Amino acid sequence: MNNTMEKLSPWLFTIGLFVIWEAACRVFQVDKFILPAPSEAFAAMVQYWRPLMRHSAVTLWTTMAGFALAIVFGIVLGLVVGWSRTIYRGLYPVMIGFNSIPKVAVVPILIMWFGIGEVPAILTAFLISFFPIVVNVATGLATMEPELEDVLRALGASKLDIMLKVGIPRTQPYLFGSLKVAITLAFVGTVVSETVGANAGLGYQIALAGSNFQMPLVFAALLLLAVEGIAMYAAFASVEQHFTRWAFRSSMSAGG
Amino acid sequence: MLHKPESATSSAPTATKDSVVIDDVTLIYKGSASEVVALRGTSLTVRRGDFAAVVGPSGCGKSSLMRLVTGLAPPDHGTITVFGDKVRGPVKIAGMAFQNPNLLPWRKVVDNVMLPLEIVEPHRHRFRADKAKYRAQADALLKTVGLDGFGERYPWELSGGMQQRVSLCRALIHEPALLMLDEPFAALDVFTREELWCVLRDLWQKLGFTVILVTHDLREAAFLADRIHVMSARPGRIVMTKTVDLPRPRDLDICFEPQFVDIVHELRAKIAEVRNA
Repeated sequence: MNNTMEKLSPWLFTIGLFVIWEAACRVFQVDKFILPAPSEAFAAMVQYWRPLMRHSAVTLWTTMAGFALAIVFGIVLGLVVGWSRTIYRGLYPVMIGFNSIPKVAVVPILIMWFGIGEVPAILTAFLISFFPIVVNVATGLATMEPELEDVLRALGASKLDIMLKVGIPRTQPYLFGSLKVAITLAFVGTVVSETVGANAGLGYQIALAGSNFQMPLVFAALLLLAVEGIAMYAAFASVEQHFTRWAFRSSMSAGG
Repeated sequence: MLHKPESATSSAPTATKDSVVIDDVTLIYKGSASEVVALRGTSLTVRRGDFAAVVGPSGCGKSSLMRLVTGLAPPDHGTITVFGDKVRGPVKIAGMAFQNPNLLPWRKVVDNVMLPLEIVEPHRHRFRADKAKYRAQADALLKTVGLDGFGERYPWELSGGMQQRVSLCRALIHEPALLMLDEPFAALDVFTREELWCVLRDLWQKLGFTVILVTHDLREAAFLADRIHVMSARPGRIVMTKTVDLPRPRDLDICFEPQFVDIVHELRAKIAEVRNA
């Protein structure tokens, strides 16, 4: 009984949210140019099915491309930063500073360099999502148990040995945990870039429909964006579960 | 040797091939603001094959001793000699185990045990080729500590005491001449702890390595060791060396013999004295 409730609860909550939203719009007779009811958003989704699908596909692939870059770059930089305290101390302020820059401010520069299209979207997704990956990979390396390092160093293990045998494997849960967070950020990056300057993608669709006062279509695009985000989050959560089952079964820091 | 004089430096021990010698060692930890003198003028000799215990009040630098002897930390003054060789870097002939078993949760028990073989020469180069042989070695060692058939399990499927047995196996798989133990049983309940005392006693009697056991459990020291070295409060140095002349093999019942209790009392009194000093 409890178990089935737990499985159903995400669906119940989602449906509940839509019901409240719909009811609020009807009871207070909210103008659909202000806030369309979900029924109107879904109607728009059906009506503009083809363009929405096309834009969704563009947003999905640009996000994934940017995210793939972020994974590769994030792991490499994370390993470098976690490897040496000197590099860590040197790079950290730079990275924090870079991460503090709102990426929306960078988009016009990217458009200047690469023109309107998918490249700025890919790069924005990359720029916004690599940071949590770097931080988590570096944290995974930095929190290695010093005693375990002692055990291996006393045997004559080199730094590379320790990294390969302990550091990199123990970083996996941190890495996969960060991917879940980073993928949703990557969507934000893509959509920001598409909103500022693009000719395809859900961000472009939202900007276009907004300027035409097609609020139901705006919300339809937003809902599709949320669906893509949830789907990718779930995908990476299941990857995480699969690769780091041991981390869920043992509490690493407690060593128990 | 029974009672070292207070200034242990006066009788500087001679380093031979048959002993671990710590000679007038000072170790200072330099922090950003201040420095802490962990050890000052510490001297200690452990003969090959002996079981030595180091006891003392908490924070007296017992663990620093471990890092010094294994070559992980260079002394600021003095020399350390392990079986005739002056320690200049990682000694590579030592096995180590700590209070926390520190097993790798993504590796099976047997792969955890074999970890040192992937690091230390000459096993490192033969590891892939001779994996079956090493695997048999690991299984045999697991069997001697009472973990027969647990090789394929993961560490998190084992109890704390079992994990500590695995940790002991990992420390011994490359047949080290020297075993360094830093409060290995401190986190275990009394029954498990006494069980593991016997496991360690049997391993030591069977394999004949040299042990330096750092502990704050005086009964543990008296039960296991040939010689017990008492350290002063920080900066730590050896203030007393007690030879335990209880007959071997020792059984847990010995803990209730008056002779045993006397030794524990004597150690306790000495530690109380140095704590208040």
